[in-house]
Amino acid sequence: MLRTLGILALICAAAFGLHLVLDSIDAYWARIANLCGISILLAVSLNVINGLCGQFSLGHAGFMAIGAYVSAFFTTTLRYFDDAAGQYVTVLPLLDQSWGFVPALLLGGFAAAAAGLVIGIPTLRLRGDYLAIATLGFGEIVTIMITNFSKVGGANGLSGIPAYSNGFWIFTFAGICVLFTLHLQRSTFGRALIAIRENELAAEVMGIRTARIKIAAFVYGAFFAGIAGGLLGHFLQTISPATFGFMKSIEVIVMLVLGGLGSLTGAIIGAVTLTVLPELLRDVETSTGMPGIRMVVYSLVLILLMLFRPQGIFGQRELSLRLLRSLLPGRRKEGAPSAPAAFTAQQSVEAKTFFARAPQTLPPQNEGKK
Amino acid sequence: MLAVNELLQQVANGLAKGSVYALIAVGYTMVYGVLELINFAHGEVFMLGAYFGYWPARWLGYMPDSGEKPQVPAPVALLLTFGAMAACALIGVLVERLAYRPLRNAGRLSALITAIGISVLMQNLALVVFHADSKDFPRMIDQQSVVLGPVELPNTKLLIIGVTALMMAGLFWMVRYTRTGAAMRACSHSMKTASLMGVNVNRIISLTFAIGSAMAAVAGVLISLDQPRLTPLMGLMPGLKAFVAAVLGGIGSIPGAVAGGILLGVVESVVGGVAGTTYSEAVAFVLLILILLVRPSGLFGKSGREKV
Repeated sequence: MLRTLGILALICAAAFGLHLVLDSIDAYWARIANLCGISILLAVSLNVINGLCGQFSLGHAGFMAIGAYVSAFFTTTLRYFDDAAGQYVTVLPLLDQSWGFVPALLLGGFAAAAAGLVIGIPTLRLRGDYLAIATLGFGEIVTIMITNFSKVGGANGLSGIPAYSNGFWIFTFAGICVLFTLHLQRSTFGRALIAIRENELAAEVMGIRTARIKIAAFVYGAFFAGIAGGLLGHFLQTISPATFGFMKSIEVIVMLVLGGLGSLTGAIIGAVTLTVLPELLRDVETSTGMPGIRMVVYSLVLILLMLFRPQGIFGQRELSLRLLRSLLPGRRKEGAPSAPAAFTAQQSVEAKTFFARAPQTLPPQNEGKK
Repeated sequence: MLAVNELLQQVANGLAKGSVYALIAVGYTMVYGVLELINFAHGEVFMLGAYFGYWPARWLGYMPDSGEKPQVPAPVALLLTFGAMAACALIGVLVERLAYRPLRNAGRLSALITAIGISVLMQNLALVVFHADSKDFPRMIDQQSVVLGPVELPNTKLLIIGVTALMMAGLFWMVRYTRTGAAMRACSHSMKTASLMGVNVNRIISLTFAIGSAMAAVAGVLISLDQPRLTPLMGLMPGLKAFVAAVLGGIGSIPGAVAGGILLGVVESVVGGVAGTTYSEAVAFVLLILILLVRPSGLFGKSGREKV
């Protein structure tokens, strides 16, 4: 407990340090860095559903939208301009302070998690492609509902959201999400997720309550997607249903696929790469005068990746010191100069078992009729 | 409360809308039947079909708002449609050849992600090549209203329904009574067995993509009769909805795709008439989730059992 609190304090401190750094650098790059933080939240949370549990979800933007709109509703719509005080006053006094948007953010997260529960229970019966399209349908329904809900601006979107998001909050939440997910991966729950991904039937036979675990994965992923949505809303200050369309879900999936589905570090690296790369390509777009070229490159990367390295950069491995060491051939011999042959043999066995646990292919999908 | 006549009118409008969905859905369902792949790029083929009809018309000097040649004469329109069909068929075959074939044994998730990638690629290539501003398709026939009993439909919509019926009849005939059709059905049963029986599986798969894409091209030209506004993003929603239609009818089944398309079009139009068009957009997806929950194999689909 004390250790966890210590780590949390460390995350907050690191985020605060990062916040100070971002404050001092060029605003353009600070903005990109903040967006990277939000992308990390999205990719890591989707990785729990798609990568670890193997349930291919195409509706992540829907959870984001719920989180963004619920939290923005609390901080934006539930306030009024107080003439006496000369400033905006919220209905709940707690929300007046800038840190007070954290409860709103959490409410958004819980609303998204509830949606995850609602969508998780019925779609449990579906597998593979069917689950993918059901979640796609869910995402579309969410955006259409928001479009028809005039209280939050309908199709025009909601603007004037206070700019409460900053480097500190974004990276604190991103850090918390990564920390939780790291622990989750190593827990019984995480092992159960992976068992379901590898073979659902076998997992069930081994006594894993697959239904519960799958719903839990959806709820967990949805919660952090909701938080990410809330942070994005308070960062961009304007949100519209179009922000959370089908393409947004695809973007997050591309991040995962690039990094390697099922790898936490892969998700982080994918998120950062695919947040920075489009920004760099934006310059190309303006200089060539060809709007759309950015997404052309983006999709080409995805297709070529699938054709030539379908497991992504990391596969299901994690970027760790151990992996780096196993990739450096020179270092193996240093340790045992007296018996190099025996040692390398043992090393190679170790490496083999290590790689055996990390298959080179994507998680197998449930076979159809064939 | 909606009057009966108004309801019938919406059903008639829905038939035209549903015909377009059905034409696109056939492509989804045929590809899924053979490869078990959701060809996400199919909606974009539909969009390209519309553009491939539009550009030659424009090169020939037909402009929607010019006084000289505002209308494409029927023989030229027919040629344009054939041209668009051929171009889209070529694109469909190329996409299969370059992107899907290398991944045929790589697992379904890789193929699905690639299909999504192709879809995004085609959308944005279209954005680069055709630009984001909308283009107006020149008129192909004089628009008139035709009164049919209690309902009144523009002749463009009737033409859409008629052409769709013709195309579907041709497709059914081909699949049911020709050797190639038999080979296609064999492939969708079991690709391996079909290849052992001497069916050239790769050729059949290419053909499936070609036929599906050509049907989507027809849908693209036909929709331009009714809504002559082309944008690079016009394929996204009809594509998704046609896919819903294919699932509704039972993916893999051609009659199912037709029935699903028509049903979706009609339900959408009726809901649009009752509750307003913004809600009708959600109909397809609500229907999708409902059908997946109640009967995932769709109206006409066979339910498969998972093997250990």
